[in-house]
Amino acid sequence: MSRLANAVAPAALIVLLLGVWEALCRLLAVPVFLLPAPSAIAVAAVQNAPMLIAAAANTLEMAILAFVVAAGLASAVALLISTHPLAERAVQPLAVSLQVTPIMAIAPLAVIWAGLDHPDRAVVALAAIVAFFPIFSGALTGLKSADPDLERLFDLYGAGPFDRLFRLRLPSAVPFLLEGLKVAAGLALIGAVVAEFVARSGLSQGLAWRLMEASNRLETAKTFAALFVLVLMGVALNALMQAGERAALRWWRGR
Amino acid sequence: MSEPLAALEAVEVVYPRGPALGPFSLAIQPGEIVGLVGPSGCGKSTAMRLLAGLEQPTRGRAHLGAARGETAVVFQSPTLMPWASARANVALPLEIGGMRHAEARGRADAALARVKLAGAEAAKPAQLSGGMAMRVSLARALVTDPELLLLDEPFAALDEITRRALGEDVHHLWAASKPAIVFVTHNVEEACFMAERVVVMTPGPGRAAGETRIDASLPRPAGFRTSAVFRGACEEVSQHLAAGMQGLAA
Repeated sequence: MSRLANAVAPAALIVLLLGVWEALCRLLAVPVFLLPAPSAIAVAAVQNAPMLIAAAANTLEMAILAFVVAAGLASAVALLISTHPLAERAVQPLAVSLQVTPIMAIAPLAVIWAGLDHPDRAVVALAAIVAFFPIFSGALTGLKSADPDLERLFDLYGAGPFDRLFRLRLPSAVPFLLEGLKVAAGLALIGAVVAEFVARSGLSQGLAWRLMEASNRLETAKTFAALFVLVLMGVALNALMQAGERAALRWWRGR
Repeated sequence: MSEPLAALEAVEVVYPRGPALGPFSLAIQPGEIVGLVGPSGCGKSTAMRLLAGLEQPTRGRAHLGAARGETAVVFQSPTLMPWASARANVALPLEIGGMRHAEARGRADAALARVKLAGAEAAKPAQLSGGMAMRVSLARALVTDPELLLLDEPFAALDEITRRALGEDVHHLWAASKPAIVFVTHNVEEACFMAERVVVMTPGPGRAAGETRIDASLPRPAGFRTSAVFRGACEEVSQHLAAGMQGLAA
């Protein structure tokens, strides 16, 4: 299959689906509050563009902040507990508990602790919790992934813990950490949106808030437009992280 | 005979899953090349780890006096750091030893030149062929000028042509500083080409099944492989191997 065909195929499917959707809405005269046609959604998107872009920027800012907080915390904790097996045993159940607890269940607490005037802090905290685990688990796996024969060579050369960490374990962890960061970036965005839904507050200006607002007013086209922006943002973020991971890996292994 | 550089005295190694080696004795004289041949799982690699001081025997004694800190190991796979250049890989033992960065890198470049890799200093392992990666591994072992060089089936993953070329290169490298070399392999011909003395081990837990001396000066030309001495040695080593296997059956 040629590269062109590979690139065109998904676009063609999307165009086809949009065409069918548009045709059905027109032929069956579906009420616009129930299911607006793609053309109506496009009009709503253009009309509300400044508001949608501002909301998207707000949500993205929360997600990025959460991602940075999670990356720093998760890497630091993984690094700390990788120094001793007992520390890992002690922390692992807590980390898993954090992972399996639905973010919805923690949200009310986060809102209370962040203060009702600061829903943005709650959103960042909740999104960071969601993004924490993949980075933590990637970093920890990576720190323990060094080639056992290389570990033996380090033994033979009489390497101390400092050399072992900086010359062997940290560089060995890079591919695993990158994978964790990629997954976490997507989760941070999802986490930020979910947290906005849960930490609902008039002060929140994010996309989720706009989505809810529009759907409450039965402005379905606007709801779809917000949803569309959200999907676009997620896809773009994913592509960016994937490109970043590929570039970093190419640098890491030299090709 | 002079004081051995390293010696295993009736060592036995027992792992939780069962005995892996011995009782087995082996003395390495300074500057000699010893081939260690035996079937898979006979404990050859365990014997290597004992000689490197990376493991302790369950019973018996391992004397590493002369060789402590002067031992280098080459494993079956090149065991390079994939993120680091050939130069950084080779400089590693020097830098861990506390040598200044610039000096270590300079010595690494010289070691790479000795293994015919001048010009590949900046390449990362993924950019090298299997044979080149193994040369980097050899350069890393030689860069510290070891007294004892342990080669644990170093060419097992390479094609026959590369394998022969590397074998001849190891002889030439040996001639420059004459470290003692222990060469583990399960290839009888490779052992007889490389070594002055071939020790054959029985199936695991490995014991000595016999020893063959190969009286031909080093480094040996490629033509040595067609000589009567070489064929006679291969024949004798094969007989030791067969006897070791029979001992197991009996």
